[in-house]
Amino acid sequence: MKTSFTLNGQAASLDLDPRTTLLDALRERLDLKGSKKGCDHGQCGACTVLVNGRRINACLSLAVTHEGDEITTIEGLAQDETLHPVQAAFLAQDAFQCGYCTPGQICSTIGMLKEAADGWASLATEDLTADIVLTDEEIRERMSGNLCRCSAYPQILAAIRTAGGLA
Amino acid sequence: MSSVKDWAAPTPISENRGGLIGKGVDRYEGRLKVTGSAPFAYEVEAPSPPAYGVLIASPIAKGTVTLADISEARVAPGVLLVWTPHNVPAQGERGAKINPRSQRGSNPALAERIEHFGQHVGFVVADTLENAKAAAALVRFDYAAEPADLIFEDNLDAADQPEGEEDVRVGDFEAAFAGAPVRLDETYVSPLQNHAQMEPCATTAWWDGDNVTVHTSIQMVKGGQHTLAETLMIPSTQVRLVTRYIGGGFGGKGQAYDDLTLAALAARELGQPVKVAYTRQQMFQATIHRPAVHMRVRLGAQADGRLDAFALEAVTHCRRETPFTEHAANFARSLYAAPNRLTGHRLVKLDIPAAGPMRAPGEASGMLSLECAMDELAEQLGLDPIELRLRNEPETDPETGKPFSTRQLVRCMTEGAQRFGWDRRHPKPGQVRDGRWLVGLGMAAAIRGNFLLPAKAGVRIDADGTITLRQGMTDIGTGTYTILAQITAETLGVPLAQVKVELGDSDFPPAPGSGGQFGAATAGSAAFAAGMNLRTALAELATGDPNSPLYGDDPELVTFGGGHIAVDNRAEPLDRLVARAAPDGIYVEGSITPAADARDYSQHTYGAHFAEVGVDPDTGEVRLRRMFGVFAAGRILNAKTAMSQITGGMIWGVGTALHEYNAVDPRYGSFIAQDLAGYHVPAHADIADLSAMFLDEVDDKANPMGIKGVGELGIAGAGAAIANAVYNACGARIRQYPLTPEKVLAALP
Repeated sequence: MKTSFTLNGQAASLDLDPRTTLLDALRERLDLKGSKKGCDHGQCGACTVLVNGRRINACLSLAVTHEGDEITTIEGLAQDETLHPVQAAFLAQDAFQCGYCTPGQICSTIGMLKEAADGWASLATEDLTADIVLTDEEIRERMSGNLCRCSAYPQILAAIRTAGGLA
Repeated sequence: MSSVKDWAAPTPISENRGGLIGKGVDRYEGRLKVTGSAPFAYEVEAPSPPAYGVLIASPIAKGTVTLADISEARVAPGVLLVWTPHNVPAQGERGAKINPRSQRGSNPALAERIEHFGQHVGFVVADTLENAKAAAALVRFDYAAEPADLIFEDNLDAADQPEGEEDVRVGDFEAAFAGAPVRLDETYVSPLQNHAQMEPCATTAWWDGDNVTVHTSIQMVKGGQHTLAETLMIPSTQVRLVTRYIGGGFGGKGQAYDDLTLAALAARELGQPVKVAYTRQQMFQATIHRPAVHMRVRLGAQADGRLDAFALEAVTHCRRETPFTEHAANFARSLYAAPNRLTGHRLVKLDIPAAGPMRAPGEASGMLSLECAMDELAEQLGLDPIELRLRNEPETDPETGKPFSTRQLVRCMTEGAQRFGWDRRHPKPGQVRDGRWLVGLGMAAAIRGNFLLPAKAGVRIDADGTITLRQGMTDIGTGTYTILAQITAETLGVPLAQVKVELGDSDFPPAPGSGGQFGAATAGSAAFAAGMNLRTALAELATGDPNSPLYGDDPELVTFGGGHIAVDNRAEPLDRLVARAAPDGIYVEGSITPAADARDYSQHTYGAHFAEVGVDPDTGEVRLRRMFGVFAAGRILNAKTAMSQITGGMIWGVGTALHEYNAVDPRYGSFIAQDLAGYHVPAHADIADLSAMFLDEVDDKANPMGIKGVGELGIAGAGAAIANAVYNACGARIRQYPLTPEKVLAALP
């Protein structure tokens, strides 16, 4: 099936087996291997990418459903040699060890910060009518779809606070 | 062979003139990891497009494959190859010992004989992953199933002494225990756990004539190389194994699995690169796990708390054909003083997947028992749990009488107590409330052995001054790349940016790999030795070169710093020297072996954990509120990566105490939880304010740099601190981990 979308700012068009997930299309067809496959079941978050600015699990989404979408992966965040502020914060705070969940954590952080800015509530939100304040508890709750078995959670929290201007 | 006395002399590391040792520099490979450009094994670029392999698992626990019908799968779209027990190529028998160092952990891939649920019985290779998966569903199998022993608790009577292992006795435990005025006799159970590394096992393989190259996710380079060579029945020199980046290991990737074997065999058969990855489900069913352990603790004390009698007896399980003992009692041999002692292990053999090492094997399970028992005994005696431990602090190793190389356990406890606010703990359980939560504090000690293994490293300097360290070592997220760069730069007195580190290649000088908390000390000491040899070579080069300002100087007087080589005020940059006097560069190797007298000392890392939890008495839910640890682990090489290792370990302890366990389905022999929804590892929201600190320490009996490992210490004892906090919060003493809500509710007083 012919499918076209915008990928990291560039037009991408390919002929896809309709069984192909967005994650496998990125990794195996488009040579963007930064998005990781940890579980292939939407349970770990390592495959998190941004679609039209929102975070999704690329393993739970068929690639052919993304006709016309704007997709951003970990490879699309840095501007030449300059890291995205979230990438720079993860590096400075040592917010990863093995690095396998890291692209998903970083994309998820960017999506999460935008959700909060757009006023989306979470389980940790006490006042649903007020502006969202990203407390530590809010960040932990909102980032719990991204597992890190190395357990860099304290460092991830510190990185998100730095990158989100919350430190 | 060297002596530990040789290790006390000043070195570039202890002098640390460049200030790189201990500095929390960013991870060497960090930029690659945050940009998604570090290629893991499945992502490595092969010389030509790879085909995709998919594994098929057995649905029975024990028996034989009687039929394997590949007729439909073989003609399915895109299929290149279908293998079952009936047509898989011949492989070397396990233990064929073509290579004496083989670490093979499994039978030949796709064996007809089934020894556990999830053992692989089929393998399909196709042009795309989608086609391979679809075809795998078309292979039909029949089995002759046999009765299997699956459940640990049902087979405790069959526990035997592990082969070659004796109980360790000091004094007369039984008599002393019988005569003790205060006694505790309790059994604690730690659960079966899975490693759940984020990256599933994966291999990309290709051949060039008779030589195979494999990129695979494995912690031990040489072990994997020899195992594959044994399986393929070719010399190790024809196998190049590469493992640059590993998405978590934790002991679970210490050995070769079927992805490695079958990718290599299929790439040979097809004359095309082949890549194979385990599914998340296969990670649970077809790798190793930490076995459950039943631990009986008996403590006999005087009224003042001094222990007369101590026993820890552990019963654990393993796969019938792959003996492995979780040494849950070993740590206790060096922890507390008691003149009469008994420790030992028993083993139950089951028809389930293989048990094996998982982060801090022994300590991670074992300390869950004794460190709770000490809390229980302290309450019986009316003593603070720290005071009880202080009263049983030994002067020398309590089992062997050997001196400790270093031991700062007391300071870890007292410093931690002060910083954590231990004095706010109410000695009586269930007394502190915060809204709906009952709040409690708990602590536990931590101990984990320190080891040094033989290793080599190679280092070269090129004409542009670039220094490259090469070692067949791995970095599983531990920070190996980074600390080796720091050691090399500090040893040679150059800026960090001048050093490159290349790891994970069987062509490089061998190191034992990542495991047992020995990586930094072992690989680092070899890198240090190589660096010192390069210093010697450069000193001789400069002092023998008429064009050098150091010409004619005594090589012994040469110093290194700021990228220069110098004697007194005469100096020149290293790149200028090498470009002129050795334009092809200089390459030297160095090696480390354990000192002959290293085992004359009782050598460990220590720590103390402090936890504050909230318990909801209506739901039984336990929430971590705060956790702090103080650790003593020799000289710290990198403040940042060492802290990440330690806090990561502590969080594993939280998971052990509250969330993680697996059970075997008695009908099939499968694990009940086989994905990351069913097996809950700590998620971000499970972890509250959690931090740690290191005490200043140099252990000059450990290795030439006075460092120790930190990868496993953080988990040792951590779960017991949580369990003790739960008891302090609500009075529920739960001796079967994890402390899930239904157990808490049932145990509430």
